Amino acid sequence: MRSELTWMVGGQQGEGIESTGYVLSAGLNRLGYHIYGYRTFSSRIKGGHTNFRIRIATRRVLANSDHVDVLIAFDRDSVRRNAAQLTPGAVVVIDDEEAHPQLPEAGDGVRVLGVPLTGIARDVGGVIMKNMVGAGASAALLGLPVDAFDDLIAERFGSKGEKVVEANRRAFRAGYERLAGQAACSDLRLEAGDGRRRYTMTGDDAAGFGALVGGCRLIAAYPITPASDIMHWLVPKLPQFGGVVVQTEDEIAAITLAVGAGYAGVRAMTATSGPGFSLMMEALGYAGMIEAPVVIVDVQRAGPSTGMPTKHEQSDLFEMLYGSHGDLPRIVLAPATAEECFYGAAEAFNLAERYQTPVILAMDLAVGLAIQTVDDLDFSRVKIDRGLVAAPEELGPEDADFKRYRFTDSGISPRSLPGMPGGLHLATGLEHDETGHITEDRRNRVRMTDKRLRKFQSVELNDAIPPVTFDGPEAPDLLLLGWGSTYGPLAEARERLERQGASVAHGHIRLLEPLPAGVLASRIAQARRVVVVENNARGQLARLLRQEIGTADKDRLHSVLKYDGTPFLPSEIMRECEAML
Amino acid sequence: MATVIDRRSPKDYATDAAPWWCPGCGDFAVLRALQMAAADLNLDPARTVLVAGIGCSGKIGDYFRSYSVHVVHGRTMPVATGIKLANRDLTVIAAGGDGDGYGIGLNHFIHAARRNVDITYIVMDNKVYGLTKGQTSPTTHLGSRTTSAPTGAIDRPITPLRMALVAGVTYLAQGFSGDPKHLARLIKGAIQHKGFALVNVYSPCVTYNKINTYDWYKERLVNLDDDESYDPGNWQAALNTVIDKDDLVTGLIYRATDVPTYEELLPGYRPEPIAAQELQRDPAEWAKILAEFA
Repeated sequence: MRSELTWMVGGQQGEGIESTGYVLSAGLNRLGYHIYGYRTFSSRIKGGHTNFRIRIATRRVLANSDHVDVLIAFDRDSVRRNAAQLTPGAVVVIDDEEAHPQLPEAGDGVRVLGVPLTGIARDVGGVIMKNMVGAGASAALLGLPVDAFDDLIAERFGSKGEKVVEANRRAFRAGYERLAGQAACSDLRLEAGDGRRRYTMTGDDAAGFGALVGGCRLIAAYPITPASDIMHWLVPKLPQFGGVVVQTEDEIAAITLAVGAGYAGVRAMTATSGPGFSLMMEALGYAGMIEAPVVIVDVQRAGPSTGMPTKHEQSDLFEMLYGSHGDLPRIVLAPATAEECFYGAAEAFNLAERYQTPVILAMDLAVGLAIQTVDDLDFSRVKIDRGLVAAPEELGPEDADFKRYRFTDSGISPRSLPGMPGGLHLATGLEHDETGHITEDRRNRVRMTDKRLRKFQSVELNDAIPPVTFDGPEAPDLLLLGWGSTYGPLAEARERLERQGASVAHGHIRLLEPLPAGVLASRIAQARRVVVVENNARGQLARLLRQEIGTADKDRLHSVLKYDGTPFLPSEIMRECEAML
Repeated sequence: MATVIDRRSPKDYATDAAPWWCPGCGDFAVLRALQMAAADLNLDPARTVLVAGIGCSGKIGDYFRSYSVHVVHGRTMPVATGIKLANRDLTVIAAGGDGDGYGIGLNHFIHAARRNVDITYIVMDNKVYGLTKGQTSPTTHLGSRTTSAPTGAIDRPITPLRMALVAGVTYLAQGFSGDPKHLARLIKGAIQHKGFALVNVYSPCVTYNKINTYDWYKERLVNLDDDESYDPGNWQAALNTVIDKDDLVTGLIYRATDVPTYEELLPGYRPEPIAAQELQRDPAEWAKILAEFA
């Protein structure tokens, strides 16, 4: 019996590979397992290898595992491409009855089961259901109860009619029966799940949900991988809550439309990835200048330029921190898990309105697209804070100018919204005085710039997404630092190293701008060595840390970088750490 | 505290700021016409938003009394759309120049037209980039000498009226700064129109455009509003007319009343403004959505 294993399905894109994974992951969730599901895919719709791996465990897991234990292969290409990851004793189910038990591409010590997944599907109703046969066969190998999938299949195919539901159930059961009672593979059976009610969602889903709960009522976006799922999630939901989705002609229109809506008093957002984010730079500065709230989600992918659209990276940090000309205020918040994507997205709208500024939610492909188990979401932790809006008595007579950009100690000035009598002002990207009128007066210029930048002296966050967290000893031999989706691999690497007796701490940063530099400096000073782990080639976070807290000592601030398009495996981080401990 | 005003005069729509435009600039007349139209409709400045572009024309946002938004170059359309969708009770008017609307912002203009959001767009077309000192604009006539094309422009000009008709504009008018009263009537009609309205205005640049002058236009412009046989409800006739007259017409060129607005088509779009919504909701509603992830 296993408390953890990794299952993978592979085949050609457009053949339903994904639905095999979705059905299995939903079933596993209901049985009380924790999962971490990761898809590997390309920028094409039909053809080309794709795979979907699910790490299944009886405890929380937030990273891919080092090895694959079960591979359902719809073609031999899937075996060849993934053979290196197969653990000794792994089982490969290949959609080919004739396959030799020693399928050479699978490698030594791998058990090969030739099962005609397509043939079985044809017999029970149609080859299109081979994915269900594969899911059923997987459930049998893992020792899962077949009945647990009946309802799920009904929910998934219910809209297509009872006939389709029945056919898919037949396909699932046929696959199940084919491999049920395979004594030779009984070591793959999972310990029973705890049956607790949990949820599975991607970070993109969670960000959409968090935005909705956080009061977002407008998203303007242009399709782009890997961010489109945020818009997709909101498309059916926003209208139910009186909100709107606008698919714009480009990302410039997306952000400027959202800024217009934010200026007019609606919580508005856009979601994009690197190429779209680059197009938004001018409007980012505009929102900062007119002090309009707007939330921009950047689900990072491999750049520069079009880069690798379906591959993971964390290389937009500099752009998020420094993009757009001029001295532009902004807040950059990086959720580490799907759960934090929910709370972070919700909180981003509070920050945007409280500080009247663009807020960038820094996600990455791994956190955005990986299917993660979430224990629960606590909606009482989401508070709506609309920030400073002028009360009627603060507004002047109708024909007087309203000091929308009044100089205040905090730098934050009460907003008037169009429709409010007595709140008239000009909102311009040109430098302006307190009433918004255009001026190039030198004294005003300095005061207004300082006012805009003063707003962020202390940014308070919802405790569901703290600025930075630390696990492990306060004065460790090794301090690991990261941001975004590296949380899972780092946490796991730290735990494993600790079990080996090493003194390792892990700091994870969510608030990248303004950076909680004080606490980071103190922790860095107490650690013997510091390793900054991130998915980019230039060590962008490490450079930021050197700049903000002055740790130039290379021996103490070391970078571990990975930029091949895939997220870190815990073992990769461990290997680097062991060399340094 | 705010007071309710029953009648307003054009002067009530003027700010204290003194216009920076060159003496004789056509944009003065556009501002005056907009103020006349606003007074005629008794628009409440607090419920009116003027979204101005970048360039000489974009300065209008500092001179017209209302909520004013002066946006980045070329993006009046999406900003205006965002404001209107956020608060459908507002009157939203966008204004900018030919470079702003037909050059850097052309993409947005076409898409705003096909969406048919209920906004008005006034383009002050002077066929030159004025504020940057006289470069070729998207509407500069072929052969015109500019600071960026001293031997004459070689890019064939954009024809805004034809393009607008093809893009699906549901109210199309063209005015002339030499006749502000007529222009005011066209702007008034545009604001009253339910859907996307474009008023293109020949607004001469007296400093950098020595060809398309007030006199040049006066000699050539034909006012379609004076022609009783002209039917602005006929799209094909409108297209033929602007082609035949080489765009040298003024008046209401086309109006469609049977095209649904974007607001009417948006799923779930409610009669009350989104901006007026209470955002704090019963957590039970969220729990129901969370269950979809189980």
